[in-house]
Amino acid sequence: MVPTLFGVAVITFLIMRVVPGDVITLRYAGEGAFVSKETLDMERVRLGLHLPLWQQFADWLWGAVRFDFGVSMWTGRPISHEIAIRLPLSLQLAIMATFIAIVISIPLGVLAAIKQDTWVDYAIRVFSVGGLAMPSFWLGIVLLLGLLIVFRWSPPIVFTPLWQNPVANLSQLIWPAMTVGYRYAAMVTRMARSSALEVLREDYVRTARAKGLSEREVVVRHAMRNAMLPVVTVVGLEFAFLLGGLIVTEQVFNLNGIGKLTLEAVLRRDYTMTQALILLLAGVFVVVNFLVDLLYIWLDPRISYD
Amino acid sequence: MTSKPKAAPPAVIAQGVDPRTSAAAGDMSHANVPVRARPSNRLMRTWHYLRRRPPVLASVLAIALMLVLALLAERVAPHDPVKTSFADLLRPPGVPYLFGTDQFGRDLLSRLIHGSRTALLVAFSSAFAGATCGAVIGVVSAYFGGKTDLLIQRLLDVILSFPLIILALAVVAVLGTGTFNVILAITIPTVPRVSRVVRSSALAIRQMPYIEAARAIGAQHGRIIFRHLLPNVMAPYLIMLTAVMGQAILLEASLSFLGLGVAEPTPAWGLMLRGGSLQFAERAPWLAIFPGLAISAAVFAFNLLGDSLRDALDPRLRIA
Repeated sequence: MVPTLFGVAVITFLIMRVVPGDVITLRYAGEGAFVSKETLDMERVRLGLHLPLWQQFADWLWGAVRFDFGVSMWTGRPISHEIAIRLPLSLQLAIMATFIAIVISIPLGVLAAIKQDTWVDYAIRVFSVGGLAMPSFWLGIVLLLGLLIVFRWSPPIVFTPLWQNPVANLSQLIWPAMTVGYRYAAMVTRMARSSALEVLREDYVRTARAKGLSEREVVVRHAMRNAMLPVVTVVGLEFAFLLGGLIVTEQVFNLNGIGKLTLEAVLRRDYTMTQALILLLAGVFVVVNFLVDLLYIWLDPRISYD
Repeated sequence: MTSKPKAAPPAVIAQGVDPRTSAAAGDMSHANVPVRARPSNRLMRTWHYLRRRPPVLASVLAIALMLVLALLAERVAPHDPVKTSFADLLRPPGVPYLFGTDQFGRDLLSRLIHGSRTALLVAFSSAFAGATCGAVIGVVSAYFGGKTDLLIQRLLDVILSFPLIILALAVVAVLGTGTFNVILAITIPTVPRVSRVVRSSALAIRQMPYIEAARAIGAQHGRIIFRHLLPNVMAPYLIMLTAVMGQAILLEASLSFLGLGVAEPTPAWGLMLRGGSLQFAERAPWLAIFPGLAISAAVFAFNLLGDSLRDALDPRLRIA
């Protein structure tokens, strides 16, 4: 896990340094003012861009392991602060979407497997293939449009924390959670279906049936538990992705979360911010992957890693 | 062995049947029986296969239609996709603008047709480049094994730990927007994903006796890899290629929607959902509906084809 994280750090650091034009030129050029070369150089020194590359990298990495990512090159505020104020929104959205997805997808997936090749199965498959085909940002646009045209209502624009006003909070976040949740559910449904299909053909399921258990008990106690293993992987990885990957959806719903922060950082060539975010998101991914592996051992005693 | 030697053209007789093994198997009376009993016409057999599977047929037809529209965009599109007309701003769907017009008076249908060109160009090139690089890397990694394999896999692990859209975003941020850069930005995250799947197939094939035989007669690494390994991982390669195509269309649409894909005034589906379509959506919902439908239909067709290919070629393979 650690070498992977280090590799991620190296790539993240390098990728932002091969960009033509740095934050300084972009910042001043954007303001349209003429700035002397001396001022530009002074700014570079202030931000540490004049140091050799390896030193910049070492400084940055040492900060990163202490969760100190320095200040944003654009706003000048500490990066950890910028991330911290946006994390509650992204975290809540990720949890809500995961909840929606699990509630919908696992029953559907298992149902489709039990009723394989009937109209139930076909309907569920169309539902899931459709969810994977529709861009979730477009679904969001259509949803907003529907609310606006049918109910003459659109969700609040300003984010209210859940503990301050749950109604206002939910009436804003339920829509993006639904659009993302659908896509997510589609993915998990497919996984649940195919893994349930596989498990239902196993010998121990036949044994369970042969010893006279009711079909309900066979499915719930014997098949489901084993079928859930691959599902856990998909749910885990998708959750990690949702924490930062909602770049497009946040844009549609005008939410100020991690995704929007990432997009802005990339567009403004805010090196320090982009690096911190990419490292964090990839880091979460790697860590979640690791946790999923651990969860596997707990769920299935047959698996062991040496 | 087949028992119906009829209906086979002479050219295929005994092809692929080794007389020695047949004889050794005590199968002497059928030594010159053709391997295939069905009509050997490839086209006919494909048709028979498709006719019994409506979803596959539908996806193949949809993709073919898209290809034709993209190739003949200039002839098929009823209007000029970039010509603005201030007399026809935000016209609802009807005559002569079947799908309506946008806020610059451009014909939506023509823009959609020309947009398919962008979508397919990006999808085909990035999927083909990504899947091919991935397949070669996967096969090489599996063939050499040991330290080479370990090194390549660790490197791919690193690339895989970047979420798809984040990596594409970073690549576009570095290289700038434009069609070619978007293709590259989609190709790079594709490589490790394909590589993983192909490698696991290649690992099994590497154990086959014919690989050992090739090595025994002194074939060089390059020859074994390209002549013996690569052709045998065609099934996972094709499956991944199709699956990646749908993803590439989605990713291109997302990037274009964010303003990081192809640039105006090139018609692209994701770009059409950006800006104007949101601003004028209440008055002109067709601006938001049709491009999204086009994206969904295209991705749906490719995903369906990918699924069917997987079912037909390798039911045990899972696309993660």
